[in-house]
Amino acid sequence: MIRKKSQEASPVRLNERQKARLWLAVSILFLAGVAVAGYFCREAALVTDFSRKNIAPCFQYPFGTDWLGRNMFYRTLTGLSMSILIGICAAGVSAVMALLLGVSAAVFGKKVDAVISFFIDTVMGIPHILLLILISYAMGKGLKGVVVGVALTHWCSLARLIRGEVLALKQREYIQIAGKLGQSRLKIARKHMLPHLLPQFLVGLVLLFPHAILHESSVTFLGFGLSSAQPAIGVILSESMTYLIMGKWWLAVFPGVMLVLTVVLFDLGGSCLKRLLDPNSVHQ
Amino acid sequence: MLKKNLLFAGKNLIRMFLLLFAVSIATFALVAVSPIDPLQANVGQAALGSMSEEQKEKLRSYWGADTPPVERYVNWAKAALRGDFGTSLLYRQPVMNVIGVKLANSLFLMGLAWVISGLLGFVLGVIAGVYKGRWPDRLIKGYSLVIASTPAFWLALLLLLFFGVWLKVLPIGLSVPIGVEAAGVTFFQRVRHAILPALTLSITGISNITLHTREKMIEIMDSDYVLFARARGEKTGKIIFHHGLRNVLLPAMTLQFASISEIIGGSVLVEQVFSYPGLGQAAVAAGTGSDVPLLMGITLITAAMVFLGNFAANLLYGAVDPRIRRGGGKV
Repeated sequence: MIRKKSQEASPVRLNERQKARLWLAVSILFLAGVAVAGYFCREAALVTDFSRKNIAPCFQYPFGTDWLGRNMFYRTLTGLSMSILIGICAAGVSAVMALLLGVSAAVFGKKVDAVISFFIDTVMGIPHILLLILISYAMGKGLKGVVVGVALTHWCSLARLIRGEVLALKQREYIQIAGKLGQSRLKIARKHMLPHLLPQFLVGLVLLFPHAILHESSVTFLGFGLSSAQPAIGVILSESMTYLIMGKWWLAVFPGVMLVLTVVLFDLGGSCLKRLLDPNSVHQ
Repeated sequence: MLKKNLLFAGKNLIRMFLLLFAVSIATFALVAVSPIDPLQANVGQAALGSMSEEQKEKLRSYWGADTPPVERYVNWAKAALRGDFGTSLLYRQPVMNVIGVKLANSLFLMGLAWVISGLLGFVLGVIAGVYKGRWPDRLIKGYSLVIASTPAFWLALLLLLFFGVWLKVLPIGLSVPIGVEAAGVTFFQRVRHAILPALTLSITGISNITLHTREKMIEIMDSDYVLFARARGEKTGKIIFHHGLRNVLLPAMTLQFASISEIIGGSVLVEQVFSYPGLGQAAVAAGTGSDVPLLMGITLITAAMVFLGNFAANLLYGAVDPRIRRGGGKV
């Protein structure tokens, strides 16, 4: 944040790359801050105190308190930090799956490609929320169901993207020459294709976070996964529904705003990364 | 020509049925590995405790809990092909009846949102594309990006708070007024109860199609033929109508057909917020209440809707763009 101020004060106008770097830093700082802060106020988020229940947002309780006197600011931070952790886990697993499936679809000939494409179409055919519900049920519900569900269902579109990219790469001359020179498919994939795919993979990885977080909050909102005592962002919002009609607007508004902010920042970070990794934008 | 078209459609149709078949296997596999005991979930711990071993055994064979999964799947699939999806454990009715009633409610909602978001998204996308980089574009693009990051259920909560609790102009839930007989519900009342859910779905559905249309429109406005049209002295409005819309409409329509999966997902969340008795709410109830037959039925029906949407998109593309048809029907 300090860096941002000093640069804004200077008369020098930032170019696109510097701006991208700045925003990337801001979003990483914010997200890391929330993740760490949430971890430390986990204890405080669970404290109930009836002497301070239903307080509207004020200086002491920025997000107000709920009907059990729990501090909504701490609850929101804890919930978000859990969302971010689940998001990281999900994005990691899904991105690796996407890379493996996408590359093998494109490298190992037509039959494998057909099978994997069919698999992708099947998974994408079930509406995402229903798939999450099904996986949660298969895992016997609970936190495990949410984490596994979110982690295993986000690879489809990235796998498609990578497959397309590899198919295009295969037509390139240097790949064909490498094949003619007798290099094995695996070696070509590893030495000639992977470096090319890495930027796409990284950007795809970061851009998976927003989806993962949105789906995690949705599925906990629907009541799959965590018990109502747990401060997860979906649980907080679904609990707030009961109290909304009584005018306790802060219970829904602030946690939701924080959630949207988190998702937007992940999205922003991803597109900044994309711009920084793209060699065509060096001169902007 | 006609033969080719039929062949193209037929190929797509066969693929659709194969996919549906795969979805049913995947769904069944997921449900089968679940550690949740069908007896305990549906009879309840207390009732189960008071039953004799014999009764339990009877129930177990009634639900097929003791037959191997593959055999169970074959039995289920045979019945399903005849249109019998079993009996819903929560509603105590055939799954097909439950789905029929709920689907009618949901289709009303989703259809409305689908049309509104499609039209509005398309118009906004065209405007943004034409005014690239200027304030209308910035506004529309910013809106789309923020909405894309907003969970549908939170937006639903905000709208509920604003229109239902503060302004008190719209009902806060259900699809018909409370305490009115089903026959006495007027069309107006139905619409009034569907406004907020449909509005939420429309608002969230817009962003995708807007961003997509915008990209396409920018591409077209930068093209040589638009440059040439400008050189001929055509006005911007004319260029948009003659060269822009034709080229943008098709991808936009395809995208809208392919986005049925998202609108179903959104409706699950939105119906939950507004307690709208549709398919989405039934899906959530089936999931939390361990109603396996209903959950499977809903998954298959929604998957069929998604595939039909994709099928329509493919046909649309094939019918209008001859290059795709010749290319063997791969999109």
